[in-house]
Amino acid sequence: MMDLAAAEDDASFADLVRLQNVDKYFGAVHALRNVNLRIGRNEIVGLIGDNGAGKSTLIKTMTGVLKPTSGRIFIRDKELSLADYSVQMAHDLSIETVYQDKSLGEKQPLWRNFFVGRQIANRFGFIDIKREKELAAEILMKSIGFRGVGIGVDATVKQLSGGERQGIAIGRAMHFNADLIVLDEPTVALAVKEVRKVLDFVRSIKAAGKACVYIEHNLAHVHAVADRLVVLERGAIVAEITPRDMSVADLTEFLIDLQQKH
Amino acid sequence: MAKPEIEPATSRPTILSRLEGLPIIAVFLVLLIVFMVLAPEVFLSPNIYTTFLSTLPPLMLLAIGLTFVIGAGEIDLSFPSIIAFSGFLFAVTMKEGSAWFIGLLTFLHDSGLSFITVAPDADFTNWFGWIGVVLALLGGLLVGYVNGVLVARVGIPSFIATLATQFFWAGLATVLSGGKSYALRGASDTSVWQWLVGRPLAGFDGPFWTTQLPLQALWTAIIVVFLWFIMNRHRFGEHILFLGDSNDVSRVVGINVEKEKIRLFTLMGGLAALAAIFLTLENKNFFGNQGQGYLLLAIASVLIGGTSIFGGRATIVGTVFGCLVVMIVEPGLVATGSTGAWVLTIRGLIFLIAIVFYLYVDEPARRQAMFARLRQRLEFGRGKPAGKELTGRVAGRDNKGEGT
Repeated sequence: MMDLAAAEDDASFADLVRLQNVDKYFGAVHALRNVNLRIGRNEIVGLIGDNGAGKSTLIKTMTGVLKPTSGRIFIRDKELSLADYSVQMAHDLSIETVYQDKSLGEKQPLWRNFFVGRQIANRFGFIDIKREKELAAEILMKSIGFRGVGIGVDATVKQLSGGERQGIAIGRAMHFNADLIVLDEPTVALAVKEVRKVLDFVRSIKAAGKACVYIEHNLAHVHAVADRLVVLERGAIVAEITPRDMSVADLTEFLIDLQQKH
Repeated sequence: MAKPEIEPATSRPTILSRLEGLPIIAVFLVLLIVFMVLAPEVFLSPNIYTTFLSTLPPLMLLAIGLTFVIGAGEIDLSFPSIIAFSGFLFAVTMKEGSAWFIGLLTFLHDSGLSFITVAPDADFTNWFGWIGVVLALLGGLLVGYVNGVLVARVGIPSFIATLATQFFWAGLATVLSGGKSYALRGASDTSVWQWLVGRPLAGFDGPFWTTQLPLQALWTAIIVVFLWFIMNRHRFGEHILFLGDSNDVSRVVGINVEKEKIRLFTLMGGLAALAAIFLTLENKNFFGNQGQGYLLLAIASVLIGGTSIFGGRATIVGTVFGCLVVMIVEPGLVATGSTGAWVLTIRGLIFLIAIVFYLYVDEPARRQAMFARLRQRLEFGRGKPAGKELTGRVAGRDNKGEGT
């Protein structure tokens, strides 16, 4: 299935992901209202909005965790059959999600965390540990840049700081050639120094020519890295902003005005 | 509040984590040496070890299966009932199967199918021994599969689900057997006995202990080694450890949580059935509550061995030595002249020490807090002020305790 993504010619599509008139109901609750959203192939899209605005529902719909009630989803301009769309299919289409603290097995060594779910194994299911460890060490060095801090592939996730965990999860997604990496509030509960590391990882996604959807509460964080901000309010997209045109203070002002209007 | 993010000391694998099961191996060797010194006439002769080889396999098989179950953060309380249920299936088939079959053939003969003849001395016990093995294994796998479905698909916590099935299958075994025990007289003449729990060197010259080497030890050893590879080198083992870590994470990384859990409990059922077969054959007898003593013994062996009760960390080597430690206590104490009454006490003591030890290995923060407290106590003893490097919480609590 990986060939499917690889076979795509670079110029053959306009949008990496496009949601068209997507609605989602949970019973009587209208969680997403007529959402239209495009994600380009090399941009960082910040998704902001209050608790309950529908941010999580939107990314879950985008990544195959939830099925929309109605609407259409296009990936690389090809429409998906919504009935078949799943997390597994999203992986096959090179879309990866990094959840706040649900991405890594705490007590497991890093090398197992890199490859779990898609182990390098022979046909009887026995894992090629040597190969996995070599590759994991390579990912640690290259895409994550853990150098000289004494973290090896045998270290467990428990020994890492919050920022480093995000780095591992993002590095893993990049290693598996994700074209779109969805980050679900990666800086929640992190110290300032750690936040900086995470923002660097987010920038490295863009530098690698990939796209990123970045859900965030903290406006300053998302302002620092996003090319475009999408504001959700009670399930609907109410504004799209280019943060370069605004300071963080202006942005905050703007959002407060917006909330009062709605 | 800039805390050090990484402790360089713990980032490298320590000796403890590199050599699987090292602490429990050390405990076993210490116990062994103590018993050798105190009761040399028993522990320096090979006979006790051959006896171990015949009595240990059922416990070992159960504990290895439980290592997977507990490593996955689940529990199985139903395996004693599998020992009863599968043991019953095996015993009744082996003991009665041949007679039933001859009865059937005779009936067919008498009903006019005269081409079917039964020799007067016909005996199919050999065949029915093997059919019993198959039925017992299928029975165990079925019980395990049902457990798996209850836990994974229906969503009942494994403690409750297997507690319920434990009663159900043990009850069913009692109903079916009518509470009777089955003595398997002449079992040692059957091929199933000779192949599974036989003494292959019995006919050869050699010291007495070699003639008593039991085959079930060999089969168990092969299974244990194989399952070590499954746990440490196979996809399934890795999935089990991630399941023990967190079901949510497992789902996100693409593990089929339900399927792996059903496999897990089915494996446990199969191993328990094999334990039942070995046990029944070795004793040449089946009785309804033959599994009951194994429940806590097996769980204790796994936890003493270093598998985490919280899941996510499991060690096969640790479990093997956990079993050895649990089993050596009884003959050891008896041979050194203590009464058997001490056995449970000593087992409990080892269990407690092991649990505390692993808790501190598991959670460096707690360990550091404990050592900090200890250091502070000692310093108070010498009249020195409390160390400033202590964290506020620990220092605060201790200052309150000591007063000033």
